[in-house]
Amino acid sequence: MADTARTDAIVDPANWTCPVPLRDHPVVVMGHGGGGALSGELTEHLFAAAYGNETLDALTDSAAVELGGARLAFSTDSYVVRPLFFPGGSIGDLAVNGTVNDLAMSGARAAYLSTAFILEEGVELEVVGRVAQAVGTAAAAAGVTVATGDTKVVEAGHGDGVYVNTSGIGLIPSGVDIRPQRATPGDVIIVSGPIGAHGVAVLSVREGLEFGSDVLSDTAPLGGLVTAMLKVTPDIHVLRDPTRGGLATSLCEIATASGTGVVLTESSVPVPDAVVAACGFLGLDPLYVANEGRLVAFVPPEHADAVLAAMRAHPQGAAAAVIGTCVAEHPGMVVARTGLGGTRVVDLPLGEQLPRIC
Amino acid sequence: MKYIEEFNDPQLARRLLDEIRATVTRPWAMMEVCGGQTHSIIRHGIDQLLPDEVELIHGPGCPVCVTPLEMIDKALAIASRPNVVFCSFGDMLRVPGTDRDLFRVKGEGGDVRVVYSPLDALDIARREPDKEVVFFGIGFETTAPANAMTVHEARRLGIANFSLLVSHVRVPPAIDAIMLAPECRVQAFLAAGHVCSVMGTAEYPELAERHRVPIVVTGFEPLDILEGVRRTVRQLERGEHRVENAYPRAVREAGNPAALRMLEEVFEVTDRAWRGIGTIPDSGWRLAEAFRAYDAEHRFDVGDVRTVESPECHSGEVLQGLIKPNECPAFGTTCTPRTPLGATMVSSEGACAAYYLYRRLEVTPVG
Repeated sequence: MADTARTDAIVDPANWTCPVPLRDHPVVVMGHGGGGALSGELTEHLFAAAYGNETLDALTDSAAVELGGARLAFSTDSYVVRPLFFPGGSIGDLAVNGTVNDLAMSGARAAYLSTAFILEEGVELEVVGRVAQAVGTAAAAAGVTVATGDTKVVEAGHGDGVYVNTSGIGLIPSGVDIRPQRATPGDVIIVSGPIGAHGVAVLSVREGLEFGSDVLSDTAPLGGLVTAMLKVTPDIHVLRDPTRGGLATSLCEIATASGTGVVLTESSVPVPDAVVAACGFLGLDPLYVANEGRLVAFVPPEHADAVLAAMRAHPQGAAAAVIGTCVAEHPGMVVARTGLGGTRVVDLPLGEQLPRIC
Repeated sequence: MKYIEEFNDPQLARRLLDEIRATVTRPWAMMEVCGGQTHSIIRHGIDQLLPDEVELIHGPGCPVCVTPLEMIDKALAIASRPNVVFCSFGDMLRVPGTDRDLFRVKGEGGDVRVVYSPLDALDIARREPDKEVVFFGIGFETTAPANAMTVHEARRLGIANFSLLVSHVRVPPAIDAIMLAPECRVQAFLAAGHVCSVMGTAEYPELAERHRVPIVVTGFEPLDILEGVRRTVRQLERGEHRVENAYPRAVREAGNPAALRMLEEVFEVTDRAWRGIGTIPDSGWRLAEAFRAYDAEHRFDVGDVRTVESPECHSGEVLQGLIKPNECPAFGTTCTPRTPLGATMVSSEGACAAYYLYRRLEVTPVG
């Protein structure tokens, strides 16, 4: 049962004292949507302050709610990607897979989705049709039913062609309790495959950059992979799909939520060569680049080998790799062991990564 | 892509480190000039692996960090104007001016766009002829030729709604200024490989001779840096002070002749203010008289900007290698990447940001 909304919270930027960081940006900046520290502050200090409750305050990708005796995962997400079509996928695939994956990160298989389209006046129906087709194909692949939807049109110049919002629900199997707060020292950290491809694929077409080889988005539904992992043990502590902000952001958030530390072995993190090259060129760190078909799991050590084997036996986890461990030291902090043997702190990014000057 | 792995090979790194350890007999302080090198050193933990005798001092070579506050404020003033499209490389957007940054201007409705090449800005000018398109031309010798070419192209194509806000700086005068400072502790330089790939190495022998310092042209991957350190230590131990090229895969003695021609045609050398350091004679470029029509400072009246530098910020001393970032009283307390007092904390190549991001486990704020 949800708490009563906090209607007593007054959102008065001039008198904010607690959410100091928000005062640094009295207007919305792009970083507020970047999935990093600024996004987190907006959610925590503005939205949660206005209408937070026990369920929302957990700040998980999908909420675990009880309804009629069933434990449901419930999630919503909006997709504003530009361009609408990119190597390996489209906004349609993302809109389905993103919400399906958010539900999967609670251990739930997505059952029903809603889709809401916000269309900009002047967009060709052929384009909208292709996006809709992609939604249908992705939903079929993920085994989810699109049960309801909505369409709005905004005036020309007030949108980026097509925005899509999807919400979804799914059942959480009994005995499954997956959330960032459950990360425990000793947990083995596993990533389901190479990271960074989605962000680089989108960047390559958005900015007209060519990196000498095609990088395809990794967009994919992860429900099946999670089911395979849960077959090994229901006691998986944490799952997270490292989307905006990348693997680094997910690990930082898990470390913060659980009050544990993370030690990352940098050389064990799988990164495709083309992603390494593109990131080197742009001055970006692959650890912070977005993924849309990968997950990171915190697994108790006694189950780690079996879970890893189950992941590798699944098409979405064929290149799964152990990348680190959860520790009691440096709580809330992620530390990487570099390939040369040094160490460095991996921090939550402020907003989006910025390509460097030279 | 294989080349990237090769220049990160831990076994080769260990071999170089062993050789450095075997060579060094007493303490040496060397400055890596370029912020990209600083970032690589801290990111890969190279400074932790070097013997205690080798001290790396972080130099002024972050183009974002040294762009003077006045120029940032001028950029903010121009970007705030209606009908202006202000184009910049991404990492300039978060650099604090006197009271805000370009992200703020963008959030408040300014048309600020991130581009990956100055030619992209010229394209925007061509596509949007009713707008004034301004490109923020900052950086060292690495970025200057491309920016010069953009202005050259604008004139050739007759694109009149394009201009450049120029704040280019040159490395050799900065090395000279660092060596002339009375507090200078620098005994050798790891010169910036990318700069030398454009300019060649001809500017350096005279500096090495006059100040009796080894100057080793060094790349950016971990093994490049270790090789640069190895050669520098060898020279220091032998009492030599030559210019060496430890980055031959990118740097030729003559540099890039086409880029040099473009620089010579479009720019002229001028005195330039460096943020945190002050004005260094002949240390910058401005547009030559023939291209003055493309100078945003002339096109827009921004002579009245009022700048106020934070009195707490010691980034100038950091940039000159006089203090380490964590020795600044504001480091990690009033100055963080979220609330940067100086550009060294905000730029991805800034020494303070590198320390804050990667070294918080070891370094604690002083004071």
